[in-house]
Amino acid sequence: MLDRREFVGRLLADRGELLVVTGLGTPTFDVNACGDHPLNFYIWGGMGCTAMVGLGLALARPDRRIAVITGDGDLLMGMGSLATIGAKQPRNLSIVVLDNGHYGATGMQASATATGIDLAGTATSCRFRQVRSVSQIDETVDVRKILHSGQGPIFIHAKIKANDPPRVIPSRDGQAIKQRFIEASAKHI
Amino acid sequence: MPDNGHARLIALCQQDNEITDVVMTTEAEGPGLVLGATLGGKRAALLMQSSGVGNSVNALTILKSCAAPCLLIVTMRGEFDDFNPWQVTMGAMTESTLKACGFLTYRVERAEDVEDIVTGGCNMAYGNNLQVAVLLAQRMIKRSKGAH
Repeated sequence: MLDRREFVGRLLADRGELLVVTGLGTPTFDVNACGDHPLNFYIWGGMGCTAMVGLGLALARPDRRIAVITGDGDLLMGMGSLATIGAKQPRNLSIVVLDNGHYGATGMQASATATGIDLAGTATSCRFRQVRSVSQIDETVDVRKILHSGQGPIFIHAKIKANDPPRVIPSRDGQAIKQRFIEASAKHI
Repeated sequence: MPDNGHARLIALCQQDNEITDVVMTTEAEGPGLVLGATLGGKRAALLMQSSGVGNSVNALTILKSCAAPCLLIVTMRGEFDDFNPWQVTMGAMTESTLKACGFLTYRVERAEDVEDIVTGGCNMAYGNNLQVAVLLAQRMIKRSKGAH
């Protein structure tokens, strides 16, 4: 099992021009804990929508690579998005799910994945081109390579410990986060 | 999302090389897609029937939170001569629900008004980062030539 902060920290090391969309709750804090970044878009509402924000961005910016970093609760709430993404086959989109089998932000109630519901299997069924499960920190090097150079849609299923690290809270101003992201990512590469 | 009233528009969008179409599994996926397109510097519009507004409520609120422009075209169900009474409850609350989610709403009752109102809705949405819904009346859709 991975420590979520250590995994996300290594995954986003030397991230370059990678665009990152974070699911509301603890994944947002995990990404912000690596250091706030203008190419981060933090989602604070609409639980279940994170993967679709990633798809919209991926289709709008085929010149950039996009990583969605979210939790099992958010993904379960929008599981149909995996089918929508699989149908569109965006080559530049990765979904990273930090799966601890619990709703961490609301008191650690168990989620469906705690009973063995297999999100990686779901992604495979939804025609993700690369599906990788990771539970050992040493594997992060490989996963990071996939994130930066693999052909999407990519699904990274990270099995993390069900702990509750300190909240590292970024801006909650949706308009400000949006504007900063648009300006920082405007450059075409 | 499919609806008989949108069938021709969906087909036209799919044939248009300047438009990327995305078929979703639920209307609730739509606002996320729109926000993502906005972050990528593109304009996005959503097509759905009125029942889909109910499916999307919490997701729709992210657009206001981020001032992400959106044009939403809604084909109305359950408001005029609908054979299915289960559509009536959601149809009756569609416009007020959209307003509660922060949308400006414009109803279209006559086919000859569609172009003008949709054009104005686009200007409002994309020119001012607003969330605009155009509601196409069921009576108009039923009476329109070419509706299935």
